[in-house]
Amino acid sequence: MTQTTTLSQRNIITMESLTANDIDTILDTADSFKEVSTRAIKKVPILRGRTIINLFFEPSTRTRTSFEIAGKRLSADVINISGAASSTVKGESLIDTVRNLEAMSPDILVVRHNCSGAPALITQFISKPVINAGDGTHEHPSQSLLDLLTIREHKGDLKGLKVTIVGDIAHSRVARSNIHAMKTMGMTVKVVAPPPLLPIGIEQLGVDVCHDLEKGIKDADVIMILRIQLERQNQGLLSSLREYSNYFCLTEKHLSNVSDDTLIIHPGPVNRGVEISLDVMEGPRSLILNQVTNGVAIRMALFYLLLGESDANSN
Amino acid sequence: MRILIKGGHLIDPANKKNGQFDLLISKGKIEAVEPEGKIKDISGAEIIDAKGAIVAPGFCDMHVHFREPGHEYKETIETGSHSAAAGGFTTVAVMPNTSPVNDNRSVTDFILSQAKETSDINILPIGAITKGLNGETLSDMGELKEAGCIGYSDDGRPVSNSEIMRRALEYSKMFDLPCIQHSEVLELTQGGSMNEGIVSTELGLKGMPTEAEDIMVHRDICLLPKTGGRLHVAHISSGGSVDLVRQAKAKGLAVTCEVAPHHFTLTHDACRGYDTNAKMSPPLRTQSDLEMIKEGMRDGTIDIIATDHAPHDRVDKQVEFSKACFGIVGLETALPLTLKMVDEKVISLEKAIDMLTFQPSQLFKLDKGTLGVGKAADITLFDEKMEYTIDPSQFKSRSKNSPYKDWKVRGKVLRTLVNGKTVFKCN
Repeated sequence: MTQTTTLSQRNIITMESLTANDIDTILDTADSFKEVSTRAIKKVPILRGRTIINLFFEPSTRTRTSFEIAGKRLSADVINISGAASSTVKGESLIDTVRNLEAMSPDILVVRHNCSGAPALITQFISKPVINAGDGTHEHPSQSLLDLLTIREHKGDLKGLKVTIVGDIAHSRVARSNIHAMKTMGMTVKVVAPPPLLPIGIEQLGVDVCHDLEKGIKDADVIMILRIQLERQNQGLLSSLREYSNYFCLTEKHLSNVSDDTLIIHPGPVNRGVEISLDVMEGPRSLILNQVTNGVAIRMALFYLLLGESDANSN
Repeated sequence: MRILIKGGHLIDPANKKNGQFDLLISKGKIEAVEPEGKIKDISGAEIIDAKGAIVAPGFCDMHVHFREPGHEYKETIETGSHSAAAGGFTTVAVMPNTSPVNDNRSVTDFILSQAKETSDINILPIGAITKGLNGETLSDMGELKEAGCIGYSDDGRPVSNSEIMRRALEYSKMFDLPCIQHSEVLELTQGGSMNEGIVSTELGLKGMPTEAEDIMVHRDICLLPKTGGRLHVAHISSGGSVDLVRQAKAKGLAVTCEVAPHHFTLTHDACRGYDTNAKMSPPLRTQSDLEMIKEGMRDGTIDIIATDHAPHDRVDKQVEFSKACFGIVGLETALPLTLKMVDEKVISLEKAIDMLTFQPSQLFKLDKGTLGVGKAADITLFDEKMEYTIDPSQFKSRSKNSPYKDWKVRGKVLRTLVNGKTVFKCN
């Protein structure tokens, strides 16, 4: 890595706070890291001697593994702490937990938390960089970045693209991060969901709102399907998953009027047959596994940009 | 012991005085109020030079949480009283959501005995509407009144059950004390931590819609005609509720309401950045609600200003937003925030003082909030022009949770007297 690049932020907490230049920088850096994962020896020494702590207060397979692999491919030491194993179950406060971790001199903290705003709170109490790996129903920046990288790879340029996000917008941190990021990158965003799954005032974020799947995806360059969670039924937000699927499950039938170039992405995990049919999920437009691959590159880029450069320069 | 407060601008809405008056205190009571220089016999009197100051009746806050018994790490009757005195308050009504709850004589007795031992100001307990604030069984309202309670409330929680609220309004009538309702339909606010709107959407926080307040205000108003009770709506925060109270008053129903200074000076935008000091219940609302609150203050729909002083330790505030406790320290910022409404010409200075003194006293049938001759010498002197920056670390309250840190305000309490005794003096 010889290019000199810097971000406007020293933490990655929200996509809302990143500039178009920041996003370009991260995507370009991720592009250059993709090659590492194709080698037989998948390791570069950029972060040798650095310590990364993955602090996950919420269950996660994909995101936690992705951050871990990203750190290890850059030769960092990666420590994983899960909520169940952390001392918060003994009643320790979040702030005390992260202060104690900081006392062991990690170089970066990756935090997943079920409370919106938790990573922002942490940044007020520790000096090391923090990456938000998903906080409550607020933001999930690295997911948004890997979505953008995947789209850019297939479309060349992000500017002017039309994206339709389908599903539980109200409870989706992925939707919020993407709405902010896509607006920043000059894309047009439409959200499709039944009204109880749309948060109040969402249109004020500059998105179009639609309750009809077929109409909502008609001109889309990209369709992003979100996971629908069973517990929404108990909260009175859904009558049943079956009824939801009747109106909002993306199937081949819906795609008959949609261009062959339209991309389909999903942040996972997928409820097969609930929000997306198996045919579509495994069909030619689907980039779901590409997203996962790109996730590693994005997270390598984030580690590198927040940590690596000073090292690269001093070496 | 006599004290002459001399040369001040005296504003006493109860007695319709507004001008240069001297005030003489003798044995803790007001002996004379006369135009400047007219009090003849001032022999042996200590002189307090009030030149340039406003001399007002001591402020009355009918809604505070002093946390004792049970949560003394947040506040005690003693520290809360210091906070009150520093804010110019000489009388406060303490809410019953302590631990144990003030739902019986023994807790009321304890509060009053602590007040006698540790407080220099007037502490008036409010008794619970239902036992243990459980919303299901009425408390012994007669016993509570006999013990010294001046109203009933389950504050912090609403009385959700319409039948229980109806009976509470009926039964409280026998004791001629108001029921103070924390108006919130819990089904609509469950899990919520701020106002529902564009800010909660952006922050990804569960919202509490204004309808949750409006529906309960409306329900309680509907219960008034037949029950004949007196309803006092605590900390009104939504514009819709102001409208409902206005309409009910026009029909002659026995409803009154209070507003907290944070609901006329802040909106839900203060929650951005997940500042838990901006987390309160009811939550900070929108600009449009704020304008309707101001209109309610202007036209008299809103009767009084009450702070909902809700001290919380850092333990309860330096946490994830959704896990943080609701509320802020209110007593020490009430005056400058209220004077902002005077600056904005929402209310006159005299009206502002009225809403902090005589009106609350009237509403709760207290012999307070007045500078009448023969009344207790509860007096607040303040400089309405003095500018300063709010610094919560200097609060007398045991807790420092305030969203007003670094606000540049004007209006400072210079001296607070209770029964003629100085309980706070600005240095």
